[in-house]
Amino acid sequence: MVDVTPADAVPPAEVGEMELYHPHSWWTKYVFSQDAKVIAVQYSITATAIGLVALVLSWLMRLQLGFPGTFDFITPEAYYQFITMHGMIMVIYLLTALFLGGFGNYLIPLMVGARDMVFPYVNMLSYWIYLLAVLVLVSGFFAPGGPTGAGWTLYPPQAIMSGTPGGQDWGIILMLSSLILFIIGFTMGGLNYVVTVLQGRTRGMTLMRLPLTVWGIFTATVMALLAFPALFVACVMMLLDRVLGTSFFMPAIVEMGEQLQHNGGSPILFQHLFWFFGHPEVYIVALPAFGIVSDLISTHARKNIFGYRMMVWAIIAIGALSFVVWAHHMYVSGMHPYFGFFFATTTLIIAIPTAIKVYNWVLTLWRGDIHLTIPMLFALAFIVTFVNGGLTGLFLGNVVVDVPLSDTMFVVAHFHMVMGVAPILVIFGAIYHWYPKVTGRMLNEALGRFHFWVTFLGAYLIFFPMHYLGLMGIPRRYAELTDMNVMTESAHHLNSFISIMAFVVGFAQMVFLFNLIWSIRHGREAGGNPWRATTLEWQTPETPPAHGNFGKELPIVYRWAYDYSVPGAKEDFIPQNVPGSFAPSREPA
Amino acid sequence: MSVILVFLLVIAGFAGWWLSHQRLTSKPWLEQGVAGDFVGLDRSALPTAKIGLGVFLAVVGCLFSLFTSAYFMRMGLSDWQPLPLPRLLWLNTGLLLLSSVALQCAVVAARGGQTDMVRLGLATAGLTTLAFLAGQLMAWRQLTEDGYLLASNPANSFFYLITGMHGLHILGGLIGLGRTSIGAWSGTRPERLRLSVELCAMYWHFLLFIWLGIFAVLAGWAATFIDICQRLLT
Repeated sequence: MVDVTPADAVPPAEVGEMELYHPHSWWTKYVFSQDAKVIAVQYSITATAIGLVALVLSWLMRLQLGFPGTFDFITPEAYYQFITMHGMIMVIYLLTALFLGGFGNYLIPLMVGARDMVFPYVNMLSYWIYLLAVLVLVSGFFAPGGPTGAGWTLYPPQAIMSGTPGGQDWGIILMLSSLILFIIGFTMGGLNYVVTVLQGRTRGMTLMRLPLTVWGIFTATVMALLAFPALFVACVMMLLDRVLGTSFFMPAIVEMGEQLQHNGGSPILFQHLFWFFGHPEVYIVALPAFGIVSDLISTHARKNIFGYRMMVWAIIAIGALSFVVWAHHMYVSGMHPYFGFFFATTTLIIAIPTAIKVYNWVLTLWRGDIHLTIPMLFALAFIVTFVNGGLTGLFLGNVVVDVPLSDTMFVVAHFHMVMGVAPILVIFGAIYHWYPKVTGRMLNEALGRFHFWVTFLGAYLIFFPMHYLGLMGIPRRYAELTDMNVMTESAHHLNSFISIMAFVVGFAQMVFLFNLIWSIRHGREAGGNPWRATTLEWQTPETPPAHGNFGKELPIVYRWAYDYSVPGAKEDFIPQNVPGSFAPSREPA
Repeated sequence: MSVILVFLLVIAGFAGWWLSHQRLTSKPWLEQGVAGDFVGLDRSALPTAKIGLGVFLAVVGCLFSLFTSAYFMRMGLSDWQPLPLPRLLWLNTGLLLLSSVALQCAVVAARGGQTDMVRLGLATAGLTTLAFLAGQLMAWRQLTEDGYLLASNPANSFFYLITGMHGLHILGGLIGLGRTSIGAWSGTRPERLRLSVELCAMYWHFLLFIWLGIFAVLAGWAATFIDICQRLLT
């Protein structure tokens, strides 16, 4: 069946090889490394470590909510500090850093067929500044007064007032400095990810042949580069308000009978800046997850992705639209009703490209040869969870529904489902999928299945009841939920149940960590391409890929990334670098 | 937030134009073979460093658009008292313009392979830029001596914040200029030198453009201009 087309006569490589930096010592090879793969592992380990801190914080919060009054050391101040640090760490220092810094660094060069990122030195700096940002963040725990307790949104004026933990101490200053550092570091990394996709692609790798993982990470990085400056501006201005007494955000305010020196500032201005970053941030986390899950589903269902073009367009459309919906986080700020109407409309429009993606995932599965491997289980769980969380998003996108629900547990349940649990499920799936490439060994299957089922079912047992609590009117952000009309005895039992489940799910993550470490030495040998996948990272001569990724010659790409189960082909997958054309498969779209 | 939205619209227009050349409507599942027949779909012929700098400048532009957005939103509140801009800023603008021109001359010289002229251009640019930064600091001192302190009015706060941020970016550029100058004197390969001189010139032109923009905003011309536009529209 293989008929060789004239284009298969390999043309001379038009692109010169990049000058690759070669490390000479152990330090430059493993610590101050400029190799994107090492940087990716460094990013991932740091993000996981700080993520564990956030996990412990969530346990402490659940202890307080489930068993109020039992634990003396969890004062209301401490509770607010836990909330703040948990939210900020999870959203920025874990999810953003892991998806873009971790997966972006590892997968972009390998998937586009490059030897490394285009600016390796800047890439290395990016990690070290990120690490510094994490250390500054953590130092808040040891500073006098502890970390800030302003909530992850850091709304002024309360964020820098003495009533808020860390407001007049070190906490808020360290938090803002850490964010500023993070953004500087991220910008360095982000330049690399974008320009590598633009300029580092190997011969034949057109944009429309990129795996969707790269499309997701690429678009998310572009968005992050344009959205993070808003947070940067907000942080710098708030830092000036706090340290030098300016009044960008601080209105005239009387605190404990004393007139503060601030005058006339606008807290709403901060909210606009914060959410101008904050909403794209949701998609900065979601788009890489969308991309990765597309590849997981296609690979493990042995079927080409349904509607590749639509998937690409939807990613671009979501990226563009997400910049004009930010004020839907501010319905309760007293905005003009027409603004509310406009932002509700744009918010609901985003549901269209998102729904297209969900349909395409489901249609990819339709009559596929589904292998229920662990990555596939996580991918399926992601689809379900994302749809669940997305549907409550449709509720909250409407002004009249959002206003009564805004300060209840319903919102907590919504955003944990859609941008907490869903992306984390993809991260787990992706780790089970690519761990064999990074280490050369498979993760343990039995432990993996245990980890999946406990995490998946446990997450639902945590967050489904929370929707119900929210509808009952139980407020979020309260350190004590006793002595309230809405807090019935049954609601209290439900809260205790949620807390216990939070510990169970957390325990499953310890099993996962054990699996990660144990399998480095004791896992089954994986070979180069254990999943029989088509994309370039599985075609490297060595596993784990050596410095420079592809041996002597860069691969040449002859086809798209989804040639699974092509009729007439010998195997049920054709790698992207295999020449020769086969009879065109059924029209997939 | 209108300034940043207009800026993003420009970026989106540029991205859309670029994407429209990437055959996003092709059907990759039907097309096998090396993409040699799709001319222009591989990487751009521009040097990678230039594209990297272009992306970075988009981020910088985004940053200053956001500062401007915040400026306009804060300006509408009642306690705003515009501050008189020191006339020194005109001289500073001239200095920055001069450094940009000098770098452009260096680019022309580098393309013609005249190393002496490159060195002259780089040195002039470096000195005028340092003079610009000194001038900005003097403008700050004049304002503080006249009682326009950072925290006394939001107009002052924004003036110091935005000019300071611009100055920091210039300072960062000076590191690049310094490295280029070392290369120019120690004799790097001509094509390499040309590239770094071109990158410096690109950065300087952009920061000059930003400076002209924020100068217009801080002096109040931008607000007047927007006001006139709004009146014409209504």
